[in-house]
Amino acid sequence: MKKTNIDVVYVAKLARLALSAEEIERLGAQLNGIIDYVSELNEVDTSAVEPTSHVLPLKNVYREDKAGPSLPVDEVLKNAPSKEDGFFKVPKVIE
Amino acid sequence: MDELYSLTCGQIRKLYNSNKVSPAEVAESVLKRIDAVDGKIGALVNVNKDSIKSQLLSIKDKKNGAFYGIPVVIKDNICVKGEGTTCASLILKDFRPPYSATVIERLRQEGAVLIGKANMDEFAFGSSCETSCYGPTKNPWDLNRIPGGSSGGSAASVCADETIAALGSDTGGSIRQPASLCGVVGLKPTYGRVSRYGLIAFASSLDQIGPITKNIEDAAILMNVIAGYDPKDSTSAKIPVPDYTKSLVNDVKGLKIGIPKEYFVEGLDREVEAAVKEAIKKLESLGARCDEVSLPHTRYAVSAYYIIAPAEASSNLARFDGVRYGLRSRGPKAANQHLIDMYKETRAEGFGNEAKRRIILGTYVLSSGYYDAYYLKALKVRTKIKEDLDNVFKEFDCVLTPTSPTPAFKIGEKLNDPLSMYLSDIFTIPVNLAGIPAISMPCGFTAGGLPAGLQLMAKPFGEETLFKVAYTYEQNTQWHKRKPRL
Repeated sequence: MKKTNIDVVYVAKLARLALSAEEIERLGAQLNGIIDYVSELNEVDTSAVEPTSHVLPLKNVYREDKAGPSLPVDEVLKNAPSKEDGFFKVPKVIE
Repeated sequence: MDELYSLTCGQIRKLYNSNKVSPAEVAESVLKRIDAVDGKIGALVNVNKDSIKSQLLSIKDKKNGAFYGIPVVIKDNICVKGEGTTCASLILKDFRPPYSATVIERLRQEGAVLIGKANMDEFAFGSSCETSCYGPTKNPWDLNRIPGGSSGGSAASVCADETIAALGSDTGGSIRQPASLCGVVGLKPTYGRVSRYGLIAFASSLDQIGPITKNIEDAAILMNVIAGYDPKDSTSAKIPVPDYTKSLVNDVKGLKIGIPKEYFVEGLDREVEAAVKEAIKKLESLGARCDEVSLPHTRYAVSAYYIIAPAEASSNLARFDGVRYGLRSRGPKAANQHLIDMYKETRAEGFGNEAKRRIILGTYVLSSGYYDAYYLKALKVRTKIKEDLDNVFKEFDCVLTPTSPTPAFKIGEKLNDPLSMYLSDIFTIPVNLAGIPAISMPCGFTAGGLPAGLQLMAKPFGEETLFKVAYTYEQNTQWHKRKPRL
């Protein structure tokens, strides 16, 4: 069987997740094992099979374009780690 | 009379109807029980001691409500307005939702008394309740063992009589497996039967909220409260909800039950197997026709699930970034850091090991170059698993299997072996992938005194069939009456 070798550092960057050197090593080993295991799916012939992303026979669900009440701004901001003048505040985005 | 905390919803409703006890007395009995036993079990992460009085006042005019005066425990991933809702994760430690889940609104409308929030695996990632940031919940039948997961706190609290009923959520078995391991009843409804609005999402195409109760009647009563269309959840079904208590009929004559041979294989505990086979005989003696069937793609369900569920989870968990709610890293770099560093550090501090594992796994299978090989492939295998079940339900009313391949395992036994932990969901996962309903109920005990559970599956929106078969089995057995000594 082909041995998997996930580039954990690259994937962690995509996932916006800082990992320690110890975590990179441990997760790498565990994830390679899991991916090797799930590769058994290749045994199933799915050449003529449609994917199921959702079990219900639902297409797009629309509603009338009517304005309704929203959550009050100050209620929502109560949970914000940092805020100012009714906005969420974040560290600088552009140098 | 038995202690009030030990009663069922059905029994308490009768006492209310004859004015023998009041909701205040029932709530008080449950709170005393929590004080007496939860120190040992750790099922609850928050008890609403302060709000009980105001809740009791607000239900005074709801005497005709379907859940009037019934104490209920809520899994900590279901939002209750203004009250801590943490998913047992540090990243949501101080989160107080600005709105309540639809199931909570419905419970309040019908007069329920919310007793507290239940422990769980972090973000529902786990089968043992050990990945919680609060530490593990213990199995009331053996305090050295896990209660199952991820709704382990909900199941343990019902089992230990710390509540009358509970809500859990089920993505790959998270209601049914802990119900089985704790010897109580747990139902995963059909996908779309219960609104997911206000359930903090794990895998949106698989998640469902459902009841965990002391018997089948209570599961039907609770389903009457929570089931139904909700415009706030576009995946909830616009299909009328029957009165599930009408399905509580002691009769399975002529019903056809499929027994899939793929569920009775190596790895199945012998005592669990014996208990389930006894149950099959019992149902046959009551007039059901049980025949062997085949679900050939069952063996691929765990693999498909551990691609699809982490993929959806990694996407859902992207919202935890330290901006709008929850933890924001105040680490050494925080003083003048860049936005991206703040995201990374916040997520590093806030998520536990299993959450990190699933985020990386899910991100990997969705990433460019691997999407077709893993994610798309898994979605196609999901179709095959669903077709297997569709075919069986053309001929059979329901399918009967063990819920979990083993009884409760020891705390710590599988924590550092993710694959072996994932395989403990092998019998419950196909149900979520296919979107069908399934119920777990006790069907025996091991020589060591641990509960064994059986699982019944039915076609989409076939909950009534499940209630009928489960009720008949329950009325002709005594397993649900056993209680752990605490």
